[in-house]
Amino acid sequence: MSATQIGWAGLLGSFVLVVVAVALSFSQRLQLSRSMLWASARAAVQLLLVGFALRLVLDSNASVWWAWLWVVIMIGFAGFTIRSRAKEIPGIFLLGTLSMLTVVVVSLSVIFGFHVFPIEGRTIVPIAGMMIGNSMTACVLVGRRIVGELSEKRDEVEARLALGQSWQDASRPYVRSALRTALVPQIESTKAVGLVFLPGAMTGLVLAGVDAVNAVTVQLAIMYLILGSVATSVTVIGLGLTRRVFTPDHRMRSIARATS
Amino acid sequence: MSPTRIPAESAELLSFQGVRFAVDGEREILHGVSLSVAPAAVTVLAGPSGAGKSTLLRLGNRLDIPSAGSVRFRGEDSSVIDPRELRRRVGMVFQTPVPFAGSVRANLKVGAPQGGDEELGRSLERVGLEGSLLDRVADDLSGGEAQRMCIARTLLTHPEVILMDEPTSALDHENRLGIERLAKELAHEGIGILWVSHDLAQVRRIADHAVVLIDGRNASIEETAAYLDQGISEDES
Repeated sequence: MSATQIGWAGLLGSFVLVVVAVALSFSQRLQLSRSMLWASARAAVQLLLVGFALRLVLDSNASVWWAWLWVVIMIGFAGFTIRSRAKEIPGIFLLGTLSMLTVVVVSLSVIFGFHVFPIEGRTIVPIAGMMIGNSMTACVLVGRRIVGELSEKRDEVEARLALGQSWQDASRPYVRSALRTALVPQIESTKAVGLVFLPGAMTGLVLAGVDAVNAVTVQLAIMYLILGSVATSVTVIGLGLTRRVFTPDHRMRSIARATS
Repeated sequence: MSPTRIPAESAELLSFQGVRFAVDGEREILHGVSLSVAPAAVTVLAGPSGAGKSTLLRLGNRLDIPSAGSVRFRGEDSSVIDPRELRRRVGMVFQTPVPFAGSVRANLKVGAPQGGDEELGRSLERVGLEGSLLDRVADDLSGGEAQRMCIARTLLTHPEVILMDEPTSALDHENRLGIERLAKELAHEGIGILWVSHDLAQVRRIADHAVVLIDGRNASIEETAAYLDQGISEDES
């Protein structure tokens, strides 16, 4: 068995750690044992289904169009996930989906345009997945921050409008603050990488027996892409959402306060 | 001068004609209100709390739009005027001072983006503040100073009308009288002031004209007289 193939026995072995967690929950009366078992079983079923599906999509004989179809489905699911996490934000599904689409187009154009990776199913799907996964969380965060900031500072925004500022100018300080808040965690995690934690892609490559420096260059390319993707998605959703808060004739609509 | 009700057909600096307003198109707050703001005078919009006075003011600055009727500025329907231009000519001062984060200078520059220190300093002096306040953090100003700064910020847009929504309600007596004097001075300089108040003693101190709203409609002549007389008897008691 190679370092990348743990086999069913290996998987079962790793399940011992779940048993430890369940035992701890039981002994401390955390009442989380059932949730832990359910989460572990659900993750196993979901990922195995994805694994078998991916095996078909990523097969070297399979058409690359299956990979693109997979990406389209991921974008749609991301839109639904964003909506389910931030239901109070008007039009979040369309904005979220548009934002994810932009992220995928931009990041894959860079990756394949500069020949960083070859255009194959095994590169398209995981890269798009990483970009969407990271951007999705940032989108929910920035959406909530913008709605929260604008509703909390409504007096100030309207005082600016009352002085003749356009909605773009009147909202800028508050939107900027929300965008910064959403981007700072990504910047911080980019700074801390390698010192505090070894990121997933690099760990996977090292486990698969790839030279550490080669693994690092791949990881760096991915981290830069993620940073760019998060910035792109946050900006798209931020500007799109702000536009929805105002009317074309520079009035502020009534908005519900985002719940945390 | 004793307060009088202005007929809707008088001077047309800013006028509201049969204005209705419903929140989110459902609950109607204003039921066909008409009034005019005269130039070079303080027109007080009086009435009990919840009568729709502040709502009417927001329609004047176009922060909201009427569901029926019209708001006219110099005879022109305000819906056809660029709202940014309209808001610079029909300024608004809010109930609670709203200083923005940053220095007094940064605040004033929202009203006059190209304004130099000399112009900004003059605007402060015009409202009774020292020009040297420009570098102060706006959040550090006292309530009275902050409200004066907000008026200076509005004056920098060179408004012909200023809508003042109970601008002294958050201030102490001395500052209240100071802002009232300032409003009278601005009216003397030619600006039309529409001042919302439910303080009847204040109405008598500052009003050149008064319009009374009750339950979202213009009070009749009898209701207006009764409302203002009630104020006098309350003050005397």
